[in-house]
Amino acid sequence: MFEIFGIPSQALFGQLLIGLINGSFYALLSLGLAVIFGMLNIINFTHGAQYMMGAFTAYLLLQHTGLGYWPALIVAPILVGITGMIVERTMLKWLYKLDHLYGLLLTFGLALIIEGVVRNYYGSAGLPYTMPESLQGGRNLGFMFLPNYRAWVIVASLTICLGTWFVIERTRLGANLRAATENPTLVRAFGINVPRMITLTYGFGIALAAFAGVMAAPIYNVSPQMGAELIIVVFAVVVIGGMGSILGAIVTGFGLGVIEGLTKVFFPEASNTVIFVIMAIVLLVRPAGLFGRRA
Amino acid sequence: MKRLLATAVLAVVLAAGTAQAQTSVKIGVLSDMSSLYSDIAGPGSVAAAKMAIADFTAKNPGIKVELISGDHQNKADIGSQLANQWYDVDKVDLIIDTPNSGVALAVSQITSTKNKLFIVSGAAASDLTGPKCNANTIHWTYDTWMLANGTGKALVKTGGDTWFFLTADYAFGHALERDTAAAVEKNGGKVLGKVRHPLNTNDFSSFLLQAQTSKAKVIGLANAGGDTINAIKAGAEFGIVKGGQKFAGLLVFASDVNALGLQTAQGLTLTETWYWDANETNRAWTKRWQAERGAAGKFPTMVQAGVYSGITHYLKAVTALKSGADGKAVVAKMKDTPTDDPLFGKGTVRADGRKIHDAYLFEVKAPSESKYPGDFYKLRATIPAAEAFRPLKEGGCSLVGS
Repeated sequence: MFEIFGIPSQALFGQLLIGLINGSFYALLSLGLAVIFGMLNIINFTHGAQYMMGAFTAYLLLQHTGLGYWPALIVAPILVGITGMIVERTMLKWLYKLDHLYGLLLTFGLALIIEGVVRNYYGSAGLPYTMPESLQGGRNLGFMFLPNYRAWVIVASLTICLGTWFVIERTRLGANLRAATENPTLVRAFGINVPRMITLTYGFGIALAAFAGVMAAPIYNVSPQMGAELIIVVFAVVVIGGMGSILGAIVTGFGLGVIEGLTKVFFPEASNTVIFVIMAIVLLVRPAGLFGRRA
Repeated sequence: MKRLLATAVLAVVLAAGTAQAQTSVKIGVLSDMSSLYSDIAGPGSVAAAKMAIADFTAKNPGIKVELISGDHQNKADIGSQLANQWYDVDKVDLIIDTPNSGVALAVSQITSTKNKLFIVSGAAASDLTGPKCNANTIHWTYDTWMLANGTGKALVKTGGDTWFFLTADYAFGHALERDTAAAVEKNGGKVLGKVRHPLNTNDFSSFLLQAQTSKAKVIGLANAGGDTINAIKAGAEFGIVKGGQKFAGLLVFASDVNALGLQTAQGLTLTETWYWDANETNRAWTKRWQAERGAAGKFPTMVQAGVYSGITHYLKAVTALKSGADGKAVVAKMKDTPTDDPLFGKGTVRADGRKIHDAYLFEVKAPSESKYPGDFYKLRATIPAAEAFRPLKEGGCSLVGS
């Protein structure tokens, strides 16, 4: 058994893996943000609240309709995605021509309202959500105990992230979408319904947040403030990756998860600041972010 | 109906007031109304305060009590500003509740300079009756020393003699870790290590892995609320308890147990000074509280019960003095008079401002043992009042003559 910086290599491998798992959540959330920013030019501050709505919807489905984790994984994102589309149709669409700041203020205000309403009805302490039986337990990898649920988190997150990247960067649908962002008038001339496409894209971004929320419900506290605590970090991830860059959001999401994980071993007190330190450095060296296009 | 009743009570009080010169006081509930601690204290504390005032004025019509409430948002500057405004402009005589030790320490200071009165029910730091004590502050319900002593000692005595701490990296967490480590070592246990994690940490798996490698028998959670819940949830997932290690939740409220679900929380040992389901009186009070609060599914915490108990004792002292104007005098009267109320029974307020009563060591029930909503705990031990809190001489409070 060898040691690295005084830490047994076994423990270090464990921490790396845990970092990757946490990175999965960052990647899923920042992916949604990047899609929305890249396609709609909206800085969606409601993202954390919508992540929380995903978790709460899963809880409510279980309580009131008996729908368990697996159906919730599909139903909750659809329901929350629909609320997102309503928001886009009724409020956000008036802001596209204005400065980014207006969208940011609107979505930030919405986030506060959603959180307040949920807190009013369900309190701040949180609600229980049990893990599905099929994912309980875990296996011993030799260097650490890996709960089955965490393995599932990595697999699901990677699949969704790569799938989204592929659709947007490599398919005809994605090409239309990107063209619509560049020049909506021209794309409309080709007979494509641009406003509807934008609405669906926003709905998809929100559905991603809700999906992450359902994934989080069995392992994190399901409380009204769960999104607010995470969203700032996720924004830092998006800025480091380059605003609007899909691949950037995914790679930085996983990468920063690992860096944060290592910080938790060597200097735990700084584990919530390390991401912002990296953000500051990246902004100094590459203001457009690591994968930004306007460098 | 409730409003009608309140108006009627007020009318009676006012009518009585015209007949004779009347004592009147104003109470402010300063709490977290909208965030992390709003379930533990918050609106539920206001409900408890209303009940205390209604119960007392029904028997003592000679006193007129006004109640206001405010949200300190867990920020010491906002709490201080509200306290100043309440004392100077709104003529508040007593501030009560105030979860969050940072805010409570600031308000205690202000109360002392303005010679008013502060009863702490929600905040935990034992420094409030230690180095930071003053003649205008009473610490009512619980504190970090009592939590550490209750849970720490009990676990060491039942074989949990090696500890690893997960500590929230701010004043409260440090105080709780310090007090618990002292209790563990005093009883023959050993502290093997600790991690200081930032407040509001989402994922504890990395820290739990470190706790696992330490091979400590007990993982002490010197944190609160969402942090405690996230740590225990991750612990269940990573097979910490199945692997033979045990969690000690050093500050766990009934609302946290509810958030975890009994499946995850079962077997957890914790210390509280009041439990809604402990006896018939508490259950009856809980029913009234749920009606007043307008929340049938919620259960009052010890903090909220402490607000009721504290106001009751305060009003007794004010009635005896016929005035609430001089904060120091009222506190002195409260220290002279033994306390007695339906929720906490008989007790005393010590020279350093510490309220003394029994504490209880509970264990969280398994889902199969829980028979109705809110049926969370079984009683493991009662810690007598004389042993539950830090000995008077050890606190370093300047009010205690040597």
